[in-house]
Amino acid sequence: MAPAVILLHGDDNVVVCCRTVEAGEHIRVEGVDIIAEQRVALGHKLARRDLCTGDKVIKYGASIGSMTADIKAGGWVHMHNMKSDYIGAHMRDAVTG
Amino acid sequence: MNAQGYLRPDGRKGIRDVLIVAYLVECAHHTARRIVDLADDPQVHLVGFPGCYPNDYARRMMKALVAHPNVGGVILVSLGCESFDREGVAAHAAAHGRPVETIVIQQVGGTRAAIEQGRAAVGRVKAQMAAAQVRVPLSLSDLVVGTVCGGSDGTSGITANPAVGRAFDGLVDAGATCIFEETGEMIGCEGPMAQRAGSPAVADAIVASIAKAETYYRTMGFGSFAPGNAEGGLSSQEEKSAGAYVKSGSRPIIGVIKPPERTTAPGLYLMDVVPDGEPRFGFPNISDNAEIVEMIASGAHLTLFTTGRGSVVGSAIAPVIKITGNPETWQRLGEDMDINAGAIFDGSATLDSVGAEIVALIEAVAGGAETKSEAMGHREFILTYKAFEPSGPGCFPR
Repeated sequence: MAPAVILLHGDDNVVVCCRTVEAGEHIRVEGVDIIAEQRVALGHKLARRDLCTGDKVIKYGASIGSMTADIKAGGWVHMHNMKSDYIGAHMRDAVTG
Repeated sequence: MNAQGYLRPDGRKGIRDVLIVAYLVECAHHTARRIVDLADDPQVHLVGFPGCYPNDYARRMMKALVAHPNVGGVILVSLGCESFDREGVAAHAAAHGRPVETIVIQQVGGTRAAIEQGRAAVGRVKAQMAAAQVRVPLSLSDLVVGTVCGGSDGTSGITANPAVGRAFDGLVDAGATCIFEETGEMIGCEGPMAQRAGSPAVADAIVASIAKAETYYRTMGFGSFAPGNAEGGLSSQEEKSAGAYVKSGSRPIIGVIKPPERTTAPGLYLMDVVPDGEPRFGFPNISDNAEIVEMIASGAHLTLFTTGRGSVVGSAIAPVIKITGNPETWQRLGEDMDINAGAIFDGSATLDSVGAEIVALIEAVAGGAETKSEAMGHREFILTYKAFEPSGPGCFPR
């Protein structure tokens, strides 16, 4: 059975789902239980601890951007609540000149 | 490694013996494609450049491709009034010992006549290639291996990309030449990358290439971040960057080259793919195959292509080995994938075992085994306008 998530670096405040994680699932990360707030797909990230607006999101032991909203441990961390500190991303509905 | 290569007159060794049919402007594309279609031969590949206006980069790229070690013969298809330096490219191919023929549509009497002449030329060039063929033993140290990623997701940076990194470490240790690239997708990784540089000049070139990439993408208004990246769990450019960077493995970065510059000694190189000067011609590379073509032009015999979402592409001229990091993609698109790095998730494989699997497959493919994309008939090719200044001597290993 595949583990639910992987912690890539000890300093990380997010973990990566190794499979689809179900809402309400209890997941043990380094001896601490987090509860998935919603269904989250393979490859996506869950907060390992409570995060606040402006906090750096740490993955691979390095910052991958900043939080734009507050979130509880077990919450889904993605573009609705974090952003790049370098350069904007574009989505399928992007319209350009 | 038990493989036979194709010895070229310049001493380089190829792993395929391809006849390329190259259109030199979009107006000659249909005619060239018909010549290739009618040949119906997996050894005959279509390449080309669509633009009518001169571009030094495209000219140098085409010269590099006609003399690529996997290329044994060349047919150029010109409309006649475009600016492409067809005589220069033909002379370059001939100077490198490749049989070459040029068909000029306006001179031979139009589409039908050009296709007929093209069919006859394919027969003649193939006969010359067969007569000139010299097979020699190949070892890993003869190979130049590139890597790119496409359709990345949250799995790429955990499984497929670090597994390629392990493979790269093994290849470099065996005396091979390895090239990684996508400076626009390594924004945020410049610090650790510079620490691996083989010399202070190379470190400076690494940092400068990333700064250039960030400026360029900012001007364009987008990072190198596609909708599928987000759907697959990636949330920012720097998150994608960290995952992309691990493809490079851990060995020293001994040089920074720009396409189609060649490597000068075995080891690991970064390819700087972002054009120099003010942004002029649009995105640095408009899709994954443009990156693969640049790898090939710089001498790559084959390319390791990691994907999370599931790219299906191959390439003209040089085989593409596709490695998916996502076990769900392996289930869904397994026919198109060569290696399942997603097996790392359920513990049935490790980064080291997948790295070894990649090296073993490289040896097999160098020996003639077909990749999945070759078997499916994928021969993608794209070459567009760009501009580069030559790299300084400090960018190469001393």
